[in-house]
Amino acid sequence: MKMNGARIMLECLKKEGVDTVFGYPGGTVINIYDELFSFKEIRHILPRHEQAGTHAADGYARATGKVGVAIATSGPGATNTVTAIATAYMDSIPMVIVTGQVPTALIGNDAFQEVDIIGITRPCTKHSFLIRDVKDIATIMKKAFYIARTGRPGPVLVDFPKDIQVAMGEFSYPDSVDIRSYKPTVEGHPRQVEKACKMIMESRRPVLYVGGGVVLGDAAEQLTTLARNLGIPVTTTLMGLGSFPGDDQLSLGMLGMHGAYCANMAMTHSDLIIAVGSRFDDRVTGKLATFAPNAKIIHVDVDPTSIKKNVRVDLPIVGDVKDVLAQMIKVTDKEKVKVADFVASLSMWHEEISEWKGKHPISYKSSASIIKPQFVIQKLRELSDDDAIISTDVGQHQMWTAQFFQFNRPRTLLTSGGLGTMGYGLPAAMGAQAAYPGRQVITICGDGGVQMNIQEMATLVQNKLPVKIIILNNNFLGMVRQWQELFFDKRYSQTCMELPIDYIKLADAYGAKGFLATKPEEVESVIQQGFAVDGPVIMEFKIAREEKVLPMVPAGASLNEMVLNA
Amino acid sequence: MQHTISVMVENEFGVLSRVASLFSGRGFNIDSLSVAPTNEEGLSRMTIVTRGDDKILEQINKQLNKLIDVLKVIDFTDGSGIEREMALIKVTAEDESRAEVLRVVDIFRAKIIDVTPKSYTIEATGNPLKIDAILDLLRPLGLKEVVRTGAVAIGRGAKGWKG
Ligand SMILES: Cc1ncc(C[n+]2csc(CCOP(=O)(O)OP(=O)(O)O)c2C)c(N)n1
Ligand SMILES: [Mg+2]
Repeated sequence: MKMNGARIMLECLKKEGVDTVFGYPGGTVINIYDELFSFKEIRHILPRHEQAGTHAADGYARATGKVGVAIATSGPGATNTVTAIATAYMDSIPMVIVTGQVPTALIGNDAFQEVDIIGITRPCTKHSFLIRDVKDIATIMKKAFYIARTGRPGPVLVDFPKDIQVAMGEFSYPDSVDIRSYKPTVEGHPRQVEKACKMIMESRRPVLYVGGGVVLGDAAEQLTTLARNLGIPVTTTLMGLGSFPGDDQLSLGMLGMHGAYCANMAMTHSDLIIAVGSRFDDRVTGKLATFAPNAKIIHVDVDPTSIKKNVRVDLPIVGDVKDVLAQMIKVTDKEKVKVADFVASLSMWHEEISEWKGKHPISYKSSASIIKPQFVIQKLRELSDDDAIISTDVGQHQMWTAQFFQFNRPRTLLTSGGLGTMGYGLPAAMGAQAAYPGRQVITICGDGGVQMNIQEMATLVQNKLPVKIIILNNNFLGMVRQWQELFFDKRYSQTCMELPIDYIKLADAYGAKGFLATKPEEVESVIQQGFAVDGPVIMEFKIAREEKVLPMVPAGASLNEMVLNA
Repeated sequence: MQHTISVMVENEFGVLSRVASLFSGRGFNIDSLSVAPTNEEGLSRMTIVTRGDDKILEQINKQLNKLIDVLKVIDFTDGSGIEREMALIKVTAEDESRAEVLRVVDIFRAKIIDVTPKSYTIEATGNPLKIDAILDLLRPLGLKEVVRTGAVAIGRGAKGWKG
């Protein structure tokens, strides 16, 4: 049956199992929207800004593990998606972004609303396609989804000129895809795995250093089994939170700049670091010259470019983390006696670690008169559902969430780790809630970042997405203020948000509900009241204004040079 | 250290800019770059001359391989390849220097491809070092214009790049 290119595009999405897309109409996608008008199999959510729509597709992808889909018109619509594409790229999130483009004949003519969006996004997409013939739509879409979700996942952009949306063609979706120049390595090399297991058995101070790859690779179960079988302590990056139960005895919590003292000390004193789906980012390693001076390093990652990029590696294993961890479990399962001896030999190491844990646990000074942000996070953890999905914005509140929420399950924390994008939290929660209407979805924001996509309140109300928005209001761009306090002599240049905002009225204006807590004794009841509302809610907490995120490894310092209380 | 790398790429829209922007975005050097289709349908071959220590070269290699359109990357620096470059050289040649230019052309087995009373235009091919050498000799006589293709490279021996 012949149909136009716009319809073919929708049929492709359906074939890929897409149930929800986030998009914004305009001149060069109007034909897609016309087809969508009568295409009931796909739910379309209209955000109030293309950046937010694309973040929502990202949140949808992070929460579900499926490919998120966003649509934008050419020119300004397309450029509005760029921050969100870069956010997804840095955190390896599978997405397909379809942008309208001016008609093929006009490309390059500086036509109305023409931008070279493929050129603009080249450094922040995994790949991109320009559709130049209606015959190619299906194969390009098949490739786009395949590339987005396989190997190290990432966003793929498909630029779709208007004349091709109108052109008529046959729709037939390919069953399989074969790209000869793209063959990601999935299975870890068995000999490397054996070597790794041998190195582990010979170590006395091993640490599993785990990143977002384990969440993205759905390998949390394998990681947990391996760590528990071998009794190896686990520290995770911000992106890795949830891949190992935060309340497990073996958990060291997060490492790095705002990581736990015990995690950073364990890394520094380790003799074997087993890095799994993590990439030795500068926020994690601190000063490279003094990073883990006595440790051998095993690095497991699906992306070879991550290996040996920042640190020397003694044993690289390229492969899907789930496969490699499963192989490791198998190999070590065959040597029960050896493993038992090994586990017993770690008792000294565990003792040392529990001393570090006891000495400087993640903590804060509580207060009876003023709301401490950490207290709010603890209460949220206590009062929220076990399977609640938490998104954060970027800043101090993000680090407090990471430190105090104790994530136990993968895909329950959605946060912009690599790019650190303010404005991410609210739309990402929107995407997650669209995917899971029945689950509790909470976004924890600062008073700065929440303003960057606050317009999405309208989308939440319109689409009955009952996201619970937590604002930890310090009336400061708190994280920057903290740096100014510590490193710039308290010169608070442009970080005080002088204008107080009435968030209750603001919620009201959008047709949502708002609550405010100004005293510690109000925290619990505000959370309870907020959670009880069957719709989107803002809960604002006026927190201690100059509270700092501690401990902290100053930028460029060694991991063991932590500022514990300043 | 200088490295000569061959990159087999799918002849897709925008592939050259993907490779070029990878080098600029990650701060890698390009000393020269040449690209043309190969005998195989849909496949082009780039030859890139670049510089860096082992760690940088490893990243260049891996990052190139990571591009979806890159089929294979070959580093010829271990002496496993043969390199050739072509240069077109316009040199001042008047009176007594005309004979000297011809001598140099002869020694380097180059060719004169255009002649005027005041100049010769020379076509020279060879290893890039040989091109450097002929330019060094011609420079004192007055170089008016030089165009170099950049190196191309191929593996030694009977095997093709697929092995
Ligand atoms: C889009 C964007 N602009 C600027 C920054 C730099 N930045 C990082 S944290 C921060 C302050 C955030 O303030 P707020 O949202 O109030 O959170 P708080 O740190 O106070 O919890 C800023 C400006 C950023 N990460 N992203
Ligand atoms: Mg703030």
